[in-house]
Formats: sequence, structure tokens, C-alpha cells
Amino acid sequence: MQVEGPNGAGKTSLLRIIAGFARADAGQICFEGQDICRDYDTFAESLLFIGHKTGVNQQLTAYENVQYWLQVHGYGAGEDEIYTLLGQLGLVGLEDVPVRTLSAGQQRRVALVRLWLNKARLWILDEPFTALDKKGVALLQRQFESHLANGGAILLTTHQDLTTQFSSLKTLALEYRH
Amino acid sequence: MKVEHSYWHLFVAVYRKDVTLAFRQRAEIVNPLLFFLIVISLFPLAIGPEPALLGRMAAGIIWVAALLSTMLGLDKLFRDDYADGSLEQMIASPYPVSLSVLAKVAAHWTITGLPMVLMAPLFALLMNLDSQALGATILTLLIGTPLLSFIGAIGAALTVGLQKGGILMSLLVLPLYIPVLIFATSAIDTASMSVAYGGQLAILGAMLAVAIVTAPIAISSALRVSVS
Repeated sequence: MQVEGPNGAGKTSLLRIIAGFARADAGQICFEGQDICRDYDTFAESLLFIGHKTGVNQQLTAYENVQYWLQVHGYGAGEDEIYTLLGQLGLVGLEDVPVRTLSAGQQRRVALVRLWLNKARLWILDEPFTALDKKGVALLQRQFESHLANGGAILLTTHQDLTTQFSSLKTLALEYRH
Repeated sequence: MKVEHSYWHLFVAVYRKDVTLAFRQRAEIVNPLLFFLIVISLFPLAIGPEPALLGRMAAGIIWVAALLSTMLGLDKLFRDDYADGSLEQMIASPYPVSLSVLAKVAAHWTITGLPMVLMAPLFALLMNLDSQALGATILTLLIGTPLLSFIGAIGAALTVGLQKGGILMSLLVLPLYIPVLIFATSAIDTASMSVAYGGQLAILGAMLAVAIVTAPIAISSALRVSVS
């Protein structure tokens, strides 16, 4: 599901409300028939959220960032697995330097490694393609396809057109209202 | 890839991250300590180097300096995590936020509180604190500084979303430090008169016990408010 709309239409706000960071003025968010406010931790097990602020620490290295994120979310992955993935995402040789020395697109890739290392069924991604080059965008869309093929759901906002044709794509258009 | 849920793993991961970061930016550890040292060494200059007078005032001065230098590190406690989005990731994890918060406060104490406890004998010497009171000073700092970290973290969590929250945080937190200050200095005074000071320590210990249980809950609620 893609959320569209001009700047200021409330795409990010909507995503943050669905992810449970902000409360809606009216209505409730339900996941599998359960109000997420009632049992947030269970909902969080099925949730992967990557927002504008990606949660990548500038002082830590790419590898440490990934490792920390995995531990905080209760996932485990071998050292080799993480290095291989970072390599596939074009970060060869940059795994062990502080993230602050990387470019914006590379920093974004460090955050997006999580898409390969989780068991969450619902992905909420706010502008995941920001700062990524064409190859990165293609790589990401391939991962989207495999997630959808595994029965997962993706909720994202983007200003770029998706280059891959997703058969199950639905679009929600928000309007800017004064 | 396997899913392994363990509260202990989470605690260790968060704690290790904060301590690693502090060691990478060593100024974070050294500056509050230098501040502590400078504040204490200003007093003999200001009120005169009279040993008896300094000895009388030592307990109060050491504790006020400890309060102020704890405040220095608090501002940074959640600020970076807020700015880079780590707080959101912490909330969106299947673990209770209060547990990550407990680890962060523990790390904060290791970085700012523990060095102060270790350096207490040096300050006691500087201030001509008598040897009976030294033991009490170390014990009160040992129980009291984690308490300062817990109370301060509530203020830090409430103000992390504000542009210039530092001063507001001090205004919120310093009055809450008063009970700690009263019982800690009272224990040291009592000790210097060679009277048993277990009562005051027990009260500090009770306050710490309450803080360990309740403060993480308050901090995590405050963080949720700040993030939304």
C-alpha cells in the first residue's frame, strides 16, 4: 500500500499514528483485530518501522549499528551474515568505519539492511528511497517483492514512482487541506 | 536468522552501546569530572583555606558539586537517540521500553556517578574532610548518585523534544534532588560526630529501591510523549 499526497498532507503523521508513536484524535488502530494501544509489544513483534530519522547512530560503525538494532529487536544473526549483507548493499570496506563518515545514501543503506534481517510481517517505511541511487532503489524493490511473496505487507510513502509493477499495489491519496 | 527474546540480552546491548559511545567521545566522561573537581577547588579559594571551616563544609560542597556534574551529562542522555531516531526504534521493539531505559540510566551512572564515587577520597583530602566522614561520603555517593541519575533521567526524557531543554530540565530536576541532598549530608554530618548513620543510609537505600522500580516506567512514558 502506497500513501501519496503533496507535502504537508499528513503522510508521515499517518504512518506514525499507525506505528503507534502518536495518538489519533479519533478512531483506533487495530492489527489482527486487536487495538495496538492495548498490547503494543505484541504488535511491535510484527512491525518494522523506518522513518525519516532512521535510528542509525553516527558514532558507531555500520556493523555495530546493525548488530545493535538486531539485539534491541530480539533478532539474532551471525557476523558473516551481516558482513555479507552489508557487502551486497554496496558497503564493502565501509563496515567498520563510523557511519558519520559515510554519504547520505550509504547511511540510508545501513538502515535498510534491517529489511533483510527481520521477521516482521508489516513494514512501515517513510520515504525509503530518499538519497538512494537507481541500483539501490532496484535492490530495495526486489526485497519488497520477496517480502510480499512471503505474505508480508508494506505500507510506504514515496514521491518516486515504483519502477517494479506490484500486482497487489493499492494507493491511498491524501489531500492537503488548510 | 533466529528470533531470541531475552531481557538480559537487551539490557546488555543498550548498556554496551552507551558505554562504548562514551569511551569513543572521552570528553563525555572527563568533562563532568573536571567540572566536579573545579567546583570543589573553588571553595577554598572563595572562603579561605582554613582547614576547620573547610572540614565543616566539605560534605555539603561535595554533594552540591555531585548534583551539578550529574546534570551536565543528563542533557545528552536521550538527545542523540532522539535526534537520530533510535528512540523510535526503541519504542517499536517488542521489548518493554522501561528495560532499555533502565540500561541507559545504568550506563549513565557508570559514566558519571561511579567515577565520582571513586574520586571521593581525593576530594575529601582537598576539603580536609575527617577520616570518619570519608566512609560516609563514599557510601552516600554510592547509593545517592544512581538515585540522581534516575531522577534526572525523568527530567531529561520530558525535555528531550525541546530545542533548548537544558535549563528547563535543571529547573525541573534540581528541586527533586533536595531530599537526596538532605539525607546524604545529614549522614555525613552524623558520621563526623562518630554517631551511627545507618538510618540516613537506609532512607537513601529505600529511595533508590523505589526509584529503580518506578523511575523507568515514568521515563518511558515521558519518552513516548516526547517522541509523539
